[in-house]
Amino acid sequence: MKTSQEIGKPINRLEGNLKVTGAAKYAGEYNVGDLSHGYIANSTITKGKIIEIDESKAAAVPGVITIITHKNRTKLPWFDMLYADMDAPPGTPFKPLYDENILYNGQPIALVVAETFETARFAASLLAITYEEEAFETELAAHLDEARDPKKGMATAIKPLPPADKGDFEAAYKDAFARYEGEFTHGAEHHNPLELFATTTVYDGKGKLTVYDKTQGTSNCQLYIANVFGLHYNDVRVLSPFVGGGFGSGLRPQYQLFLCVMASLMLKRNVRVAMDRTQMFSFGHRPQTIQKTKFGANSEGIVTALNHTAIAETSQFEDYTEVVVNWGNMLYPAQNTSLDYKLVPLDVFTPMDMRAPGGSTGMHAIEATMDALSYELNIDPMEFRLLNYSEVDASENKPYSSKELKECYKQGAEKFGWKNRASKPRATKRGNRLVGTGMSTGIWDVIALPAKAKAKFSKDGKLKVTSAVTDIGTGTKTIMTQIAADSFAVAIDDVTFDHGDSDMPMAPIQGGSYTTGVVGSAVKAACKALQKKLFKKAKNISDSPLSGLKITDVVFKNAAIYSKEDFSKFINYKDIVVADGKNWIAASKSNIPNLLELKKYTRAAHSAAFVEVEVDEELGIVNVTRAVTAVAAGKIINPKTARSQILGGMVWGISKALREETMTDHNLGKYMNTNLGEYHIPVHADIHDLDVVFVDEKDDIINELGSKGVGEIGLASMAPAIANAIFHATGKRINKFPIHFDDLM
Amino acid sequence: MNNFTYKKVETINEAVQEISKNKKANFIAGGTNLIDLWKYDLAHPESLIDINSVSTMKQIKVLESGGLSLGALVTNSDTAYDAIVSTKYPLLSRAILAGASAQIRNSATNGGNLLQRTRCYYFYDKTSPCNKRNPGSGCPAKNGLNRMHAILGTSENCIAVFPSDMCIALAALDATVNVSGPNGDRKIAFTDFHRLAGNSPEKDNNLEHDEIITGLTLPNEDFSQYYSYLKLRDRNSYAFALVSVATAMRLEHNKIETIRIALGGVAHKPWRDFEAEQFLEGKEPNRKNFTEAAKMIIKTAKGYGDNDFKIELSVKAIVRNCMMALHPETQRPGAQPSL
Amino acid sequence: MEKENQNNQIHHYDESNTSVVNLTINGNLKQLKVQPWVSLLDAIRDHSNLTGTKKGCDHGQCGACTVLCDGKRILSCLSLAVMKDGSEITTIEGIATDGDLHPLQTAFIEHDAFQCGYCTPGQICSAIGMLQEGKAHTREEVKEQMSGNLCRCGANTNIIDAIMEVKEKTL
Repeated sequence: MKTSQEIGKPINRLEGNLKVTGAAKYAGEYNVGDLSHGYIANSTITKGKIIEIDESKAAAVPGVITIITHKNRTKLPWFDMLYADMDAPPGTPFKPLYDENILYNGQPIALVVAETFETARFAASLLAITYEEEAFETELAAHLDEARDPKKGMATAIKPLPPADKGDFEAAYKDAFARYEGEFTHGAEHHNPLELFATTTVYDGKGKLTVYDKTQGTSNCQLYIANVFGLHYNDVRVLSPFVGGGFGSGLRPQYQLFLCVMASLMLKRNVRVAMDRTQMFSFGHRPQTIQKTKFGANSEGIVTALNHTAIAETSQFEDYTEVVVNWGNMLYPAQNTSLDYKLVPLDVFTPMDMRAPGGSTGMHAIEATMDALSYELNIDPMEFRLLNYSEVDASENKPYSSKELKECYKQGAEKFGWKNRASKPRATKRGNRLVGTGMSTGIWDVIALPAKAKAKFSKDGKLKVTSAVTDIGTGTKTIMTQIAADSFAVAIDDVTFDHGDSDMPMAPIQGGSYTTGVVGSAVKAACKALQKKLFKKAKNISDSPLSGLKITDVVFKNAAIYSKEDFSKFINYKDIVVADGKNWIAASKSNIPNLLELKKYTRAAHSAAFVEVEVDEELGIVNVTRAVTAVAAGKIINPKTARSQILGGMVWGISKALREETMTDHNLGKYMNTNLGEYHIPVHADIHDLDVVFVDEKDDIINELGSKGVGEIGLASMAPAIANAIFHATGKRINKFPIHFDDLM
Repeated sequence: MNNFTYKKVETINEAVQEISKNKKANFIAGGTNLIDLWKYDLAHPESLIDINSVSTMKQIKVLESGGLSLGALVTNSDTAYDAIVSTKYPLLSRAILAGASAQIRNSATNGGNLLQRTRCYYFYDKTSPCNKRNPGSGCPAKNGLNRMHAILGTSENCIAVFPSDMCIALAALDATVNVSGPNGDRKIAFTDFHRLAGNSPEKDNNLEHDEIITGLTLPNEDFSQYYSYLKLRDRNSYAFALVSVATAMRLEHNKIETIRIALGGVAHKPWRDFEAEQFLEGKEPNRKNFTEAAKMIIKTAKGYGDNDFKIELSVKAIVRNCMMALHPETQRPGAQPSL
Repeated sequence: MEKENQNNQIHHYDESNTSVVNLTINGNLKQLKVQPWVSLLDAIRDHSNLTGTKKGCDHGQCGACTVLCDGKRILSCLSLAVMKDGSEITTIEGIATDGDLHPLQTAFIEHDAFQCGYCTPGQICSAIGMLQEGKAHTREEVKEQMSGNLCRCGANTNIIDAIMEVKEKTL
């Protein structure tokens, strides 16, 4: 048995077999015995009160077990804190079925529980609800004058508000040699993971529940359920071994979980509640945001003045915020800046983190503005960014923990063939299409959080590592197995990583690209702790070859502990466990980041996207014919799964720039295209040649692994690069997303 | 939403008898639109009459006239890939293959394609007002979200569009719809089958409740040399047309002998403009003439805000598609524009 | 589980209007007692406990529920179980033979042609149906013919790579 370096290998996804054979089970697929089915009814008005819910027709349907509304629900706490999940923004969390008040269109107002799914669905359609409607406001553009500063709260810790103004922006902008001023808009977007939100609860008796839930945080849901329903933490077990996509939608416990648990506790039965696709548009979204930029540069092409403001929507009950305007000065060291971020509360549900939240929004405005300015200055767009390259984060005057963005530009440009482009827009044609290329920088911060893991080693030589963390398709299971194999020095075939279970050691919600660094560091810590424990036990074995040695005197390799001095002196891990007399030896360890040390640095992943588009000259139809994204994200644990993450981000960039948008009818106060037929995400025919480059980047500061995470960074640079390529192709700068062909014809 | 009874029938007579028994009965064939509508609580069939076993409606056969009969129950896929259809009426194949997805085309039938309902957001949301779904309740699309909506033949009551691709080609090919009912058989010219919304937007077409579409007849006309179907939409596939154009033509000494132009995505029915077609006959097939004809076609067009672009787009799409028809080999999958 | 609660509960399950539907799923004859409004998808997932076939929209807009019905790829969400009485259905659970993965399944793993895995069964069933149809020849045609299967993770290029590899090998 020889252990090799597993970190850095492009191994196949370990759960691949289960996913290609249909054996992977998702939350709504546990067909447990005696299962009853809940179907949710939602408000059809936007604001007001429920006057009456006439249940008579629904209740009369044979097979209906109960109908739960605000009138007959179980007792619920009134105290807001008990509803606050790990991702709750400042404010008053939404409480399903709490009272008669309607806060937004699509609010859940009843759960019909029946013996079959079909019966519950049918009966739910028979509920007759009388409302008293009130005037509502859903249009951001109509309320910009009411924008106000966001409330501060827990979330502000990882989502800093804009830094204070620097220098004299107005004067510098006035004096600038070249200027660009833009307004940038995008509609609401919904995550739409392909799996519908669903929960299956198994009622274990005596108030105990096993909950299979679609979530990005088993610990988060356990905490939420226990707090809201007054249960002991140990009596609620939340499992989520497979998650059919998240993209942020599962960061907060969703209302189907709440309703399913309530029904299960009321009925003392097993219950499943699954949302339908329309309901997938009723619990959080990327907020509509209107941004304005004014960048000015001197004649040498140095950005001297940088103004970026954003006004975003939020709900009437929570202040959801994003980091939108901070990124520009982190990248480009203008000395005169003015940044502002404000909110307008509307009668909608609270927005929610959606892949590269804030980053993809802000980078759109920043990178399109930079692009426009480069044409004003007649400087190549990449050259312009290099002229304004900074080794420090000028917004906070901090060094970067590492920053290989220059290599991203270089290697990305080379792979793409950037240098051959025409400098003028609308200068290249291919058949009846205008051809253009564009590029953009991407940035995403590295977040540090505590997490815990447990490692145990068996007498038959197997390492088992556990964490409550989910794997939402990111490859977490696979890379944690790789990390564990290397950290513990065993062959990967002898390692299992189990996850997605709140009974396992606590992990934060899976988002923000931080799982690799945060949970990976905990896995490493647990493995190291287990090695230490094995060593201690090994020394105590009679006639131990390691007796008298200190931990610094030994090395751990090939599933054994060796004396550094004399490699003939060693003891196999297995033999230590056998000598110990038990089946396992286990160790748990938390990894708690040293925030004081980390705060000395700006920690971020970077990317550069290069995009070619073809635009039909007559009809305006855009195709992203090829694209390369070069990424500097520290250590890449698994180049295969990491590449898929970046490709996914690039497809999301195409979608954001050219496809997806949730459309609101402001007269009715509701989203109208709440289905996958009219909410357009890309189809295979939309996606052409995409490539990824990982740039070497060493970072000893950010975490134990030096790994920055790759979930968001692929998206951050892609969408603006497309808009910039469209400008280069057509000479038209379209500053709203999505760009439709009729904007260009 | 509602539950329903279900019955299989094996002959056309049996089908007509069954449907006559209940005003709220529906035929079901592929089910790809009806089941969708039923699940959204938009269609409320009390009884479903499954006609999939009616074997006489499952064939494609050459008629004595030389025309082609397409059984109502032949799937969209089987029709598109049929040897005669794809060689003699390739425009129809192209249009069918531009619609929906391969899976849906494998289930959806020719008869059902004619009866699919609009994709208007407001029609599809049971709680919104909609004159088509709930006559008299209003049409929020006119002052609301109307990117997908009609610009031609609209009424105050409804600006929905008919979403089919196949039917745009059938309209261009002058197909006939064959119908059976309690009073026997009748034939409906394709352009008379679907209706404009007018004062009764709830009625999509002129089929009576107790009638059944048994098939379609394509006339014995050869449009296999110059034809094209262009579909413009918000993604490259699996989306409904914002504007689509079917063009079929024959040339004689480099002059247009016959031309048919049908538009989809712009009206409550497949749109033909006979005047514009006549204008082109005898003229050279060039951009100038096609542009003039296109302008004739949209001369009564009216936009409602979001869909204003469709007026200009229609002109461009008509011209482009007529030019593409001169080189059908340049057609790309999904009825995308030629390169 | 608390037995007393289950026993106290009176389950008045509505059995009216049910009929027996014979479906041969992955070679096994199943006699399902279902009401006419049970979709083929729910008959497979809930009534036959074959949850490999996925429900992503239930309205024919995503392709996750794709199965092979008498050899052709269809959307099981837009079909009623009663309509398919007597049919042969192949779901993702029936694609591998005797534990040997189908070449497409292997190619999907090798090309990392999935992330969350939720669209995967539909992609694979659809690709098998497409290869049997034999109408797509070029990569562009394959992309068009596979466009009825959405992938929200953005694995599109890997999915098409996997399919093209198998397509080229089997030619």
